[in-house]
Amino acid sequence: MDSRTQDELEATLAGIGAPVTLVFFTQTFGCDSCVPARQIVDRIASFSDQITVEEYNLVLDTDQVETYGVQRVPAIAVVGQADVGIRFYGVPEGHELVSLVEAITLVAAGDSGLSDESRALIASVDQPIDIQVFATPT
Amino acid sequence: MAFENAHITASAVAAVEYPDLVRQYRVTGVPKTVVNERVEILGAEPEASFVAHVLESIA
Repeated sequence: MDSRTQDELEATLAGIGAPVTLVFFTQTFGCDSCVPARQIVDRIASFSDQITVEEYNLVLDTDQVETYGVQRVPAIAVVGQADVGIRFYGVPEGHELVSLVEAITLVAAGDSGLSDESRALIASVDQPIDIQVFATPT
Repeated sequence: MAFENAHITASAVAAVEYPDLVRQYRVTGVPKTVVNERVEILGAEPEASFVAHVLESIA
């Protein structure tokens, strides 16, 4: 990350007021992007005492893999007081990094920031919805 | 949306790292959102419109 991005992220993350765990999934072989992803996760965690990192192995830690429903690595589950089902797959760079930081602040604040209309619509959902957003760093 | 309802999960996927998923969901531009493997949203949308499209997946 460049220094300007880092300053902004640092300021945003320094302000979070509740604990957030970044649950990081990796694997030992065949994952070139796992190391850079973990480095970014560690960098993010260094900006706030409220952020902690847990690491699990996709192959070995089957309980956690099942609990978090992760099928690929690198993966990051953003977990606050509860796990609300927010995941990031791949190295969080560029737009993805910005989204990850937004997810962390949202989870810490305990507020989605959505409109009352949206909240009312979403509250009525009574069956599974899985949203996958594909993005690139730039 | 995931935050507001326990039935909803949300994943951000770095497209360049998962060519198999890019092929599977025919991702030709980003952002592309795939909901329950059947509703597709291309590009960024205003919140109300995005929420409406996501809910189409269970309509």
